[in-house]
Amino acid sequence: MAVATDVRATTRTAQLRSTAVDTRYRRGVGRWLVLAAAVVVGLAVLAPFGIMLLNAFKSPQDYAANGPLALPSGLYLDGVVAFWERTEFPVKLWNSFFISAVVAVLAALLSLFNAYAIGIGRVKGRLWIVALFLLANMLPQEALIYPLFTMAQAVGLSNSQWSVIIIFTVIQSAFGTYLLSSVLGTFPPALLEAAALDGASRWRILWQVVFPIVRPTLSVLMIFFFIWTWNEFFIPLVMLTSNDTQTIPIALASLQGDRMMDAPTINAGSLVSLVPAVVFFLIFQRTLTRGVTAGAIK
Amino acid sequence: MADSTLTEERPRTAERPRASHGPRRRRRARWVGYLPYLLPGGIAFLVVIGYPLVTNVYFSLFKWRGGMAPLRWNGLGNYVDLMADDKFWTSFANSAAMIVAMVVVPTLLGLVLAAVLFDYLGRRFGERVSSVLRATYYLPQILPVAVAGVLWNWILNSQTGALNVLLRGIGIETPPNWLGDPSTALPSVMLVLIWVQMGYPVVIFMAALQRVDPELYEAAELDGAGWWDRFRAITVPQIRPEIFVVTLTCTVAALKVFGPIYVLTRGGPESSTLVPSYYSYLSFFDKSQVGYGAAIATVLTLVIVVVAVIILGLQGRAERREREGT
Repeated sequence: MAVATDVRATTRTAQLRSTAVDTRYRRGVGRWLVLAAAVVVGLAVLAPFGIMLLNAFKSPQDYAANGPLALPSGLYLDGVVAFWERTEFPVKLWNSFFISAVVAVLAALLSLFNAYAIGIGRVKGRLWIVALFLLANMLPQEALIYPLFTMAQAVGLSNSQWSVIIIFTVIQSAFGTYLLSSVLGTFPPALLEAAALDGASRWRILWQVVFPIVRPTLSVLMIFFFIWTWNEFFIPLVMLTSNDTQTIPIALASLQGDRMMDAPTINAGSLVSLVPAVVFFLIFQRTLTRGVTAGAIK
Repeated sequence: MADSTLTEERPRTAERPRASHGPRRRRRARWVGYLPYLLPGGIAFLVVIGYPLVTNVYFSLFKWRGGMAPLRWNGLGNYVDLMADDKFWTSFANSAAMIVAMVVVPTLLGLVLAAVLFDYLGRRFGERVSSVLRATYYLPQILPVAVAGVLWNWILNSQTGALNVLLRGIGIETPPNWLGDPSTALPSVMLVLIWVQMGYPVVIFMAALQRVDPELYEAAELDGAGWWDRFRAITVPQIRPEIFVVTLTCTVAALKVFGPIYVLTRGGPESSTLVPSYYSYLSFFDKSQVGYGAAIATVLTLVIVVVAVIILGLQGRAERREREGT
């Protein structure tokens, strides 16, 4: 309260400026202080990224001599090159992309089938089925990993990307089923009845009536699945044991213990590894913020 | 809500005339016809989740070194051993610290930041300012957590890390070994996790605030309510569903946390940052005590389920109370 009245007092003495924003609020010094505080928090969040950028293109000698906060004395690309070659980055990039893309498509498809039966078919015991899927999403992966590891060995999928793809398809579709079932639960029944009167089969109704309408939700889900799978760490760490199958996060983490890794190489590696994530974020930003919201409310 | 009750009712009323001449059997046949669509998901679920989960509990009843080694029946022996294992208790105590760093602090900070961005800065400086700030706060959320961990591991490195080079530069001769000292490792990890986690509640809460009726705020302001009064009396109660969702998802994530621990400290030094998931990973793949690791994972699963049920129960009670109150 004290702060609020203080702000009011300063507001009254300040000059009035009119703009598109509500003019009642466009006054005062207090708002600049609040803005400064919010910007400081933002800078604190950005600081590690800034330090990384400063040091990714710096030679080890430059780093030793001038420290992490100095501007690089010259453009040094050996850190990037060293990381790129040591991890065979193009291979890792393709592995991450391949696994995430296949999981996104398969998990979305599986979610759609499940949700069609639960949300539109209203199968008996659907509440329990949804609860089960939700539970699966909350399970710690440690409680599944050893049996999955031995199962993969038994069927010849050890160190295979398909083992990771199968596992994440199921884990991601557990969430997708939960979200999509509640979306399809509110599907306009008139559309379904009209299609049924025309004699359309369930399969045709799914693809020609339901699918076109939920396509936006499905694409948000696919972006989510892609990014979540891309960022996964534990299961790929256990299941993918050789250089030619590993994903980007695993490659970066496994270089970490390496004594040969100097500061510029670490920074260059972090930078190169986060570029794809930032690119996705920029491409899908609008869809994503919409999707985050949908996830929160459903 | 209104929508879903509508669709619940409508098929039933539409079918009623038909149901009189073709009795109950027809309605049962309707949902049975959809069962094939549940088949691929159901089988995949059983193979990838159900069977491994049960097998893991089964493994936890044996002493087993993994691979071709024989399984030796141990009954509840692994669980008895857990109860007497200091590291086990340390790991769960550290889980509480993870909840502080990934749930309590980010949710409280997120509430204040979201309200300030939405209700204060957004109105005084325009939506562009608040959405740029929101995107900035969210940035750490999009990078792979392993990448964030590797970056922070270097920043906090005692010899070559940016933070200590900086501290030495301003005259502090022996800056702390942030991740290498048992007394500073846990707080350091917590700070990193707050940095990673904070943007998530901000984004969710800001989206939630958009459905709050602006007239509520205007009426409160006319009554002379300050920012803090409005925050307490309008913002928090109006977005309570989202607060519960964030609390639930973040608490589960905090109990499961693995990647940041693996890349930052590997549970060390002296187990000061050990968490249950990392402890079970160590038992499985480092110490070859598969039965013991399975027991830790089983206990962790139970804890997560119990905590989730408690949070869902609290949410249900809050919703009921609200309905009765208004």
